[in-house]
Amino acid sequence: MSKQETEINADPKVPTIEIVREFDAAPEHVFRAHVDPELYAKWIGPRSVSTRITRWDARTGGAWAFANDRDGEEIASFFGSFHEVRPNERIVWTFTYEGEPDGVALETLTFEELGGGRTRLKIVSVVKDFETRDGMLASGMEVGVNEGYAKLDELLAKGI
Amino acid sequence: MDDVERLNRVFAALADPTRRDLVARLAAADATVGELAEPYDMSMQAISKHVKVLEEAGLVTRSRDAQRRPVHLDAAVFDLMTKWIERYRRQAEERYRRLDALLATMTGAGDSARIPEEDAS
Repeated sequence: MSKQETEINADPKVPTIEIVREFDAAPEHVFRAHVDPELYAKWIGPRSVSTRITRWDARTGGAWAFANDRDGEEIASFFGSFHEVRPNERIVWTFTYEGEPDGVALETLTFEELGGGRTRLKIVSVVKDFETRDGMLASGMEVGVNEGYAKLDELLAKGI
Repeated sequence: MDDVERLNRVFAALADPTRRDLVARLAAADATVGELAEPYDMSMQAISKHVKVLEEAGLVTRSRDAQRRPVHLDAAVFDLMTKWIERYRRQAEERYRRLDALLATMTGAGDSARIPEEDAS
């Protein structure tokens, strides 16, 4: 098991979020877990929801879309384009949460071979302004907005 | 003011690079508007306006000391930003632990599963 925990950097000068995480698996496996829709659906969603892929063409110029269901009811949906898919090395895609139709993130994923069958995944996500970026950080895009605010309420109650 | 409204104000206040910079500097020590204005090519009045926005968002307070009226960062609100990032990090980590488990099955199974529709173009 990888001992390295996820690292998050929110740049103070530009509206980006950087995620770095290492895996005990070769780049081709980590890459495949991102482009094979069946595999992707298995790990991407929060544990409390199921992920339903509605569109998937993981090739340069392709597109994707999926929805999150809880108890058979859709609670959130997302879509984007595969701008570039470079096998085992790099994925550039766009990401929009349908609840915030004007918000779009441009995400560049790189799969770096570390040797010994290990991989470093780096994701740089760029959005149009700090408000959008901080909103993403605050609500955790992959949870429903209401769930996000409910959790935030707890934080606010504790923190302020 | 409800929490969502408060959040929106905090975001709006921090959406400006000068105000982000002011907050970063106030994290180190309290300062007067005059001290805050020094490094910028900006009027005291402009800085004063920025401080007012931060004040209205609840990010800073100003003491009643009529002589200096130093600006003070509300650490609790600032702390909240740190908490948001940590929560976001934890969510990402949970996701990647699920991926760890999946990768273990992929690599452990001698990878008999075929890659679907690998396009060799």
